[in-house]
Amino acid sequence: MSGKKKIRITDHELVPKHEVVPKEEVIKILKELGVTPQQLPLLRASDPVAREIGAKPGDVVRIIRKSPTAGKIVIYRFVIAG
Amino acid sequence: MKEEKVIGAIKFGILSPDLIRKMSATAIVTSEVYDENGLPVEGGVMDPRLGVIEPGQRCATCGNTLARCPGHFGHLELARPVIHIGFVKHIYDLLRATCRKCGHLKIPKDEIDKYLNLYERLKDKWPQLARSLSEFVKRKAIKNMECPHCHAKQYKIRLEKPTTFIEEGPLGRLWPNKIFNWLDQIPSDHLRLLGYDPNFSHPKWMVIRVLPVPPICVRPSILLETGIRSEDDLTHKLVDIVRTNEKLRESIASGAPEVIVEDLWELLQYHITTYIDNEVPGVPPARRRSGMPLRTLAQRLKGKEGRFRGNLSGKRVDFSARTVISPDPYISINEVGVPIEIAKTVTVPVRVTPWNIDEIRKYVLNGPNKYPGANYVIDPTGRRIDLRFIRDLKAVAESLKPGYVVERHLIDGDIVLFNRQPSLHRMSIMGHIVRVLPGRTFRLHLAVCPPYNADFDGDEMNLHVPQNIEARAEAKTLLLVQEHILSPRYGGPIIGGIQDYISGAYLLSSKVTLLTQDQVSDLLASINYDGEIPEPAVLSPKRVWTGKQIISLLLPENFNFSKEAKISSGVLKCTDEECFWDSYLVVKKGKLLLGVLDKAAIGAQQPESMLHFLVREYGNTFGKEFMDRAFKLFLRFIEMRGFTMALTDIMIPEQAYEEIKEVVEEAKKEIEELIKMYREGKLESMPGRTLEETLEIKILDVLSKARDKAGERAVKYLDPFNNVFIMAKTGARGSALNITQMTAMLGQQSVRGQRISRGYRGRTLPHFKRGDIGPEARGFVASSFVKGLSPIEMFFHAAGGREGLVDTAVRTSQSGYMQRRLINSLIDLVVEYDGTVRSAYGELVQFKYGEDGVDPKNTSFGKAVNVERIIEKHVGWKK
Repeated sequence: MSGKKKIRITDHELVPKHEVVPKEEVIKILKELGVTPQQLPLLRASDPVAREIGAKPGDVVRIIRKSPTAGKIVIYRFVIAG
Repeated sequence: MKEEKVIGAIKFGILSPDLIRKMSATAIVTSEVYDENGLPVEGGVMDPRLGVIEPGQRCATCGNTLARCPGHFGHLELARPVIHIGFVKHIYDLLRATCRKCGHLKIPKDEIDKYLNLYERLKDKWPQLARSLSEFVKRKAIKNMECPHCHAKQYKIRLEKPTTFIEEGPLGRLWPNKIFNWLDQIPSDHLRLLGYDPNFSHPKWMVIRVLPVPPICVRPSILLETGIRSEDDLTHKLVDIVRTNEKLRESIASGAPEVIVEDLWELLQYHITTYIDNEVPGVPPARRRSGMPLRTLAQRLKGKEGRFRGNLSGKRVDFSARTVISPDPYISINEVGVPIEIAKTVTVPVRVTPWNIDEIRKYVLNGPNKYPGANYVIDPTGRRIDLRFIRDLKAVAESLKPGYVVERHLIDGDIVLFNRQPSLHRMSIMGHIVRVLPGRTFRLHLAVCPPYNADFDGDEMNLHVPQNIEARAEAKTLLLVQEHILSPRYGGPIIGGIQDYISGAYLLSSKVTLLTQDQVSDLLASINYDGEIPEPAVLSPKRVWTGKQIISLLLPENFNFSKEAKISSGVLKCTDEECFWDSYLVVKKGKLLLGVLDKAAIGAQQPESMLHFLVREYGNTFGKEFMDRAFKLFLRFIEMRGFTMALTDIMIPEQAYEEIKEVVEEAKKEIEELIKMYREGKLESMPGRTLEETLEIKILDVLSKARDKAGERAVKYLDPFNNVFIMAKTGARGSALNITQMTAMLGQQSVRGQRISRGYRGRTLPHFKRGDIGPEARGFVASSFVKGLSPIEMFFHAAGGREGLVDTAVRTSQSGYMQRRLINSLIDLVVEYDGTVRSAYGELVQFKYGEDGVDPKNTSFGKAVNVERIIEKHVGWKK
């Protein structure tokens, strides 16, 4: 390995699709789920994927992943410091 | 109406001497307990002001009688302070983290302010982080060997377990009074930074100067039959403490030498330590005269039988019964047989109304001893009348009016909860309808054995009677057995045919079964069938019905189903309706046209079976009805036909043994060859395996093939339709391997998946040469159960069998603990109405239950829709 080339972990097939949700949409989603941001599952800002997509504490990240029961499932995580 | 108050919050802290004195009803001043008249001494540990002990008395402190007096604390002023054993670690840390001269935290002032500021901000939002900050600060302070505030040199402090602190410097032994002064010096801010709340748990209170004396009602004395009073362990310990304290005070007052005072002080420390916790490492436990260790404060709370796990998380309950279970195929799967004796003991409260008053009068008239009667009458004021002591039952019965409540005996039709431990899944507690029966055991239907995992080798089960209408309604709609036929684990029926039900179903549905009119009448009468009987399948020379015709009477008219039967294997294999061997089940329009019923059709724990779809498509009530009737029918038929297993079913002629011998010889020769190759180094190792492993694997392979071959040879000589084979093939009981082991040979015995190789040096038993790795020397059993095992073979069989026993013993305890932890972590999760799974705090755990929101109970293999089945259901064919 040259060590020069940077590996993007999001390219790996086992890493599901992550994206930062725009602020306007967040309010809608939270209302729909009836939760406060803190009640969502958490995601550390230091998480490798969070760093790569540039998620900052206070953001909500949408993750779309495969599911053995439902095929595809959308979940949200609240980004916290750390 | 009494004022109701709601607990808003609970705060834990350490009792301060002031608080102890304030809540104390009296000071304890004397070690005397009773005077010469046997009356409790005032100022002793049984002082009457600590609460009433005898009924009828009024409390000297609160004026209430026994039932209403909560008991009152007293207090004991200690002559010298002692260390509280529960806080030794805290004291040790604080002594090391603070200055021996000024009591300040051994961290520079500016840093303390910085950390304090951070701590205050973290405290409420991230208590976990605040705690680790305190820990970090403490560790940092301990490292500092010079006080940054007063520049005093610090010395190392040693803790000599359990309660002795020694400074390796000028102070030497730190007696509790010195420790108290030291802790008292620590500034409040510094304490707060270390995580202590100086208002509610100041560390100086960790040194006991005043001891609270608990009320008498937490340490009651027992009056033995001989009239001798026996005191509680706590009281004994308290007397020891008071006596030592007295002596200590006297020695101090009389100016005794310091050594004597210190000895007494140590003794007081010992007594108070064991009074709090009698299982402190390094302290000999205080014992009773009989040698039993005392059960002191910590022991009352700790462990499985302690206050928390034994009395708060789990309690003993009323209206419950336990006895041995036995089978009863004549009751419904929804029912449970209850002995009359139990029915007369556990009761149901019923409210008297104008509509049931006549019926209830009869119960009251019968009284508590005659079944069905009643044990108690409760009038509208709440007065309980115990019918055991009422001579004129007639008068009581007459006095009944609407509004009274009568606790009547259990009668047929009541609903109860029935449970068998271990309660591993929700089907371990189900609602059953009572059938009061003679005898002394609970009776249950055999089809409900699988969910409880019950058998009748002495199993006992528990029964609980719901005591209000809501509980009864809930039991009836949610807990009733029929609501649990389909298991949420895999969607199939967990309640279904087992053992003889399967044999019976197979025999009845078999092609060769032809029934005369008498037999048909007998069978149908056994299930109280009152419908039409169809035209017989054969009219001449005799009118006879097939078994399939009878079974069809119980199937719904529009039911279509087809599936391979369990017996469909080997030569009997069939994969479609063109089946000569009757091993493909076909039901069309409610008529059983082809195939036999076996485990794959009516068995318990068989998903996608005929039984599964009957229950799924026609409802739980139909499923229950079908099982009650069909299973009774199958049993009646197996009774008519007769069904036993005899030795002759598994005996083979001498000639067969010769053949088996040949097989064994062949295998032995092959193994000899392998060993020879191995010794000569000609054996090639398999990928990723050593040469030895390769040899072992090859030998095991040869031997297992030999067993199978021997089995085949032996089975050839057996009637393939004898009862043993019927049971194995239909899945009722036993397997092909069991038959092989009974008739042909047991085969290789193994421990941990390997041939048995341990024992003596280089050999398993002294009967073999060292280094012999042939089949016999490593646990190969060439005999069958019928022929009998040689002593050496029996030894190997026992070695293999023991592994199984050890395994189950170890596995159950390990998986039990794993399950306990899993349940404790998942217990409060709830599927909300919006389909999300949430914790008790509203945190999202899953955005949709199981990610697809489907209840596995209503699926087949986790799929919500089974298209093939829908087509088959309506059209009558599939594919």
